[in-house]
Amino acid sequence: MPRVAFDQERCKGCGLCVAVCPVKIISISQHINWQGYRPAGVEDQEKCTACTMCGRVCPDTVIEVYK
Amino acid sequence: MNKVFGRPRSLTDRLMHYCPGCTHGISHRLIAEVMDELDIRERTIGVAPVGCSVFAYDYFECDFQQAAHGRAPAVATGIKRVLPDRVVFTYQGDGDLASIGMAEIIHAAARRENITVIFINNAIYGMTGGQMAPTTLPGQVTSTSPAGRQVDKLGYPMRVSELLATLEGAAYVVRVSLHNPAHIARARRALLQAFKYQLDGKGFSLVEMVSTCPTNWGIPPLESLKWLEEHMLPAYPLGVFKDIGGGQG
Repeated sequence: MPRVAFDQERCKGCGLCVAVCPVKIISISQHINWQGYRPAGVEDQEKCTACTMCGRVCPDTVIEVYK
Repeated sequence: MNKVFGRPRSLTDRLMHYCPGCTHGISHRLIAEVMDELDIRERTIGVAPVGCSVFAYDYFECDFQQAAHGRAPAVATGIKRVLPDRVVFTYQGDGDLASIGMAEIIHAAARRENITVIFINNAIYGMTGGQMAPTTLPGQVTSTSPAGRQVDKLGYPMRVSELLATLEGAAYVVRVSLHNPAHIARARRALLQAFKYQLDGKGFSLVEMVSTCPTNWGIPPLESLKWLEEHMLPAYPLGVFKDIGGGQG
């Protein structure tokens, strides 16, 4: 089962991953991380296809993808 | 379950200081991925510039030297000539490379120094507060061109890749962009090629990466990628400007 993991404490909430996700499962969280940003996260892991697009545009290597 | 994507081994786990959405982080990761793929991390020496990426030495798991402003190609020349078995690259922004460092980069290319240069072009000075750079587009608003770059007084942007491609010492000169996953993949292939040329002793290689600066452009990260595509790519066309060939494989 494909899975994507976000290291939310590293995330700066730039949202580039949100825009490139082909299945639109990434969103910006409501909570604030230790850096003071609202980090990106995934709500519906079931829909992840492990395409790795989110990781490839992430400037902060927040994202790991498993398949 | 296998990990199919994650942090390359050649990047440290230090949190990068770059602003949200800054493409420096993407180019760092691509370089680290290429170092992993070529298995050259243990013999690579990077040269950091002055500018936002001055702290690049904290982010790569290889040896690093920081150079005076614009002098990274001169420092890299020294390192490579003393230690020719090492893989030497410089990482320079447009303020560093195209302004104060223009003499160094031209002469390093002309001398056919066997080094690889990563040139980050975001058309503005980042660290010092968004001043006009030699690469700033006509009409572009910066802190020192608040009415937009007026070409009658301030001249025109420099196209570094096109300039360097005229030199016989340059083996591989390419301009890529980081504005979407497809172009990021092309940028990675260009980096791979550039490092292979160095490993094969073919001479000077340069990968110009058209990049964003959301903070100093005053444009949010996602819109910055669109701004790059709409405004920078017409002024900085992508492509291979010099390739002496023979480095494939």
